Amino acid sequence: MASQPIKFFQTGTFTIGNRLLPEAARSIQSDPLRANSLNCGHRACQGCGEALGARYAIDAAIRAAQGKLIVANATGCLEVFSTPYPESSWQIPWMHSLFGNAAAVATGIAAAMKVKGRTDVRVVAQGGDGGTADIGLACLSGMFERADDVLFICYDNEAYMNTGVQRSSATPPAARTATTPATGGQRGARFGQGKNLPLIAMAHHISYVATASVGDLRDLEAKVEKAIGMGGARYIHVHVPCPLGWGSAPHDTIKVARAAMESGLFPIMEAEHGEVIGRRLIRKKLPVEEYLKLQKRFAHLFSPVRDAAAIAAIQAIADGNIRKFGLMEEHQQ
Amino acid sequence: MRKQIEGSRAVAETVALCRPQVICAYPITPQTHIVEALGEMAGSRNLQPCEFINVESEFAALSVAIGASAAGARAYTATASQGLLYMAEAVYNASGLGLPIVMTIGNRAIGAPINIWNDHSDSMALRDAGWIQLYAETNQEAADQHIQAFRLAEELSCPVMVCMDGFILTHAYEPVDIPVQQQVDDWLPAFDPRQVLDPAEPISIGAMVGPEAFLEVRYLAHHKQVRALERIPQLSEDFRKSFGRDSGGLLRSYRVENAETIVVALGSVNGTIQEVVDEMRVHGHSIGSLSITCFRPFPREALRAALAGARRVVVIEKSLAVGSGGILSADVQMALAGRGTRLYTVIAGLGGRAVTRTSLQRCFEQAIADRLELLTFLDLDTRLIIRHLERERLRRRSGPVAENLLHDIDLIAAQIG
Amino acid sequence: MAAFLEGKFAQAFPSFGSERMGAPVASYCRIDDKPIRSREPVIQPDVIIIQDPTLLHDVRTLEGLAPNGYMLLNSSRRLEQVRTWSQHANIPPSHFCTIPATEIARHHLNRPLPNSSLLGGLAALTSLVQLESIKAALRSKFAGNIGDRNAAAAAEAFTLVRENTGWEGNQS
Repeated sequence: MASQPIKFFQTGTFTIGNRLLPEAARSIQSDPLRANSLNCGHRACQGCGEALGARYAIDAAIRAAQGKLIVANATGCLEVFSTPYPESSWQIPWMHSLFGNAAAVATGIAAAMKVKGRTDVRVVAQGGDGGTADIGLACLSGMFERADDVLFICYDNEAYMNTGVQRSSATPPAARTATTPATGGQRGARFGQGKNLPLIAMAHHISYVATASVGDLRDLEAKVEKAIGMGGARYIHVHVPCPLGWGSAPHDTIKVARAAMESGLFPIMEAEHGEVIGRRLIRKKLPVEEYLKLQKRFAHLFSPVRDAAAIAAIQAIADGNIRKFGLMEEHQQ
Repeated sequence: MRKQIEGSRAVAETVALCRPQVICAYPITPQTHIVEALGEMAGSRNLQPCEFINVESEFAALSVAIGASAAGARAYTATASQGLLYMAEAVYNASGLGLPIVMTIGNRAIGAPINIWNDHSDSMALRDAGWIQLYAETNQEAADQHIQAFRLAEELSCPVMVCMDGFILTHAYEPVDIPVQQQVDDWLPAFDPRQVLDPAEPISIGAMVGPEAFLEVRYLAHHKQVRALERIPQLSEDFRKSFGRDSGGLLRSYRVENAETIVVALGSVNGTIQEVVDEMRVHGHSIGSLSITCFRPFPREALRAALAGARRVVVIEKSLAVGSGGILSADVQMALAGRGTRLYTVIAGLGGRAVTRTSLQRCFEQAIADRLELLTFLDLDTRLIIRHLERERLRRRSGPVAENLLHDIDLIAAQIG
Repeated sequence: MAAFLEGKFAQAFPSFGSERMGAPVASYCRIDDKPIRSREPVIQPDVIIIQDPTLLHDVRTLEGLAPNGYMLLNSSRRLEQVRTWSQHANIPPSHFCTIPATEIARHHLNRPLPNSSLLGGLAALTSLVQLESIKAALRSKFAGNIGDRNAAAAAEAFTLVRENTGWEGNQS
């Protein structure tokens, strides 16, 4: 039978790791035996906070688990950019099932390990804010409530980036997304009460809850290592800027992440069994403007006219966080 | 050991003999007694080592089973009706990933209107999800099919649903021979996965596949089921040799020799149909019946051969493709392609409506006289239909259909009384 | 289960519903010498056991009862007061009996669960199954002391029914 050759441009070019070429023609990127958990050659955007956060988190987890780690991944950017068939950027046993079930899949993996007597193997589930706070919340809460032996890591970039930047329940007030435009009288995402996943996790009284940021990678690594060493359900919520979705410069990812911490908009803390046991103090408090101005998703707050009320409301959120979590030294008395 | 035992309990005891390592439980009528019994066994150490996990939804139930199976554990769950639909996304996922999970379906109608009684709408809704679907005629067969299901699933790396009629089988006490542990151990080898999440040999499972290979992945899933068409009769024969009884297989015929009319159906209604066949044979009718015990893969060739002598085929369906007609009968039609055999589709037993011998016999007699509508709704109460259509004609805001019909039933009953 | 113990084939199933406690419910049983294939509900019963006399107010309760069928009613009222019902059901008086099954159960089990007493009564009234089989089935269903007490309730009901119906040993 005659066949019509079809060119699959994505897989035939040299720009994406060229792993479909004969072995001799492949670049070093295609070598699966390189050191990192998440090999370079994956297809994340330049300056991707999630790729950075995941690499550090999983590297730390591998170290803490002495290489005996299995990861379940929710659908999302991280899953898509790390495993375009037939390539994988993961150096660990890794599984993707669905968008909303990463926590449950991880429960299943942990149960299999337990029944096989493999208590040495540690299990991590990971996903974005959509797969955690929205569609994955039921499975996550179930996993928490049963205290299954799983560490869930959420990489929070505050919207559905994989599908083209739509609002999620983690999208902050006033942020422009594809479904919360800032045109024609609309002012981005509405101001609401928000959905604080770390506090929801703490309400389950699980053994460990922490927030972290790619703005402080050492802190992230330390928390992952600590969490891997503990039993039961554990949760780490990592703030990861998305240059594409936030409209920030790829080289500013760390700067943006730090501004979120230093302004108090993203508080860094840790809690055990529902009680806060530590927080990362703000050294030099930044006004939220310094954070907002770095991102085009908040551009409508500054131009054509300055939206002082909205900026003040966001500042109030940051100040509230600082108060609630005691992020300034003077609150530590 | 032969026992007088509830169907759910018989299935639970048999599943336990298959040494499942991870069981996920979420309650939904009429499947609940199965996981309750398994929970009791797991708790009392009759079933160890086994992780019995009470999850928060059916979606989680199958997702936990997916994780467990991918990590190399023999995984089992059970559900029904809305539960099966709620986990639909994971149903496709399990088969797409080739994970040999076994799941019992206590067949039940799908709402709205909410209805807890038996029909096949639930498993039929997911007939093309890539799972092998077995349908049990009796509780003995349901129990036996689970043993065969684990072996078949793991040989092919393909998930299997064992479908048993809700209440009619799950809640019926009847004699079932439950094998002993050694028999099952001898017949069912330990799970040796084709793919496993293991830190010693890291692999990625569930990568994104583009248009360059998706067709081939799907073709291989189809190929697996084609192979199952060969394996299922072999396993059934092998099972007979070890356990001494016929169970499972692709289909089972009853008095079809020289039968001009053959009735085809899935599940427990076949027992009632066989009673009617006997009765009608006494009265000189040339009729037989055929129970399809494996619906996916669909045994087209075997069915074509079994129906070779029939002039007409009557398909009794416990499901309805709304706007089209029969689901099973569409597949039967394909098996009969080019034959000119007359095919009648009879929708019966929806939402637990009792399928009685009297109604079946009347229906078969009409078919034999070729006076049956090609698409028939058995025991349809046309008075209710006419009343409601009239109501809709008279009033724009005619109100919710189900509630109106329930009101009408009371009125009609009062008139008769 | 008792019939099964006697080597017969038996099938029992509830009329499935989502009733809460106290609602009227029905369940069915077939006993045969050959395997039972039919799955339809029992439409023309040979025997009806009525666990609660208030159900008699619904005429449908007795629908389909075979002309020579049996009826066992859980009631502490004297037989004469409810005898009209046997006429209504068109069955011979010797095929109809009431027993205070709930009271018997209270006495033996300290709980108003008339089932085991009614099974004893059924064995006495119809001879479909032996009392010993009923007792064995109850003991296999309920472990230890509870099984024994249920068996005792069945035995008391059995004796009572045999006395009430003037059973003389060779009657059908």
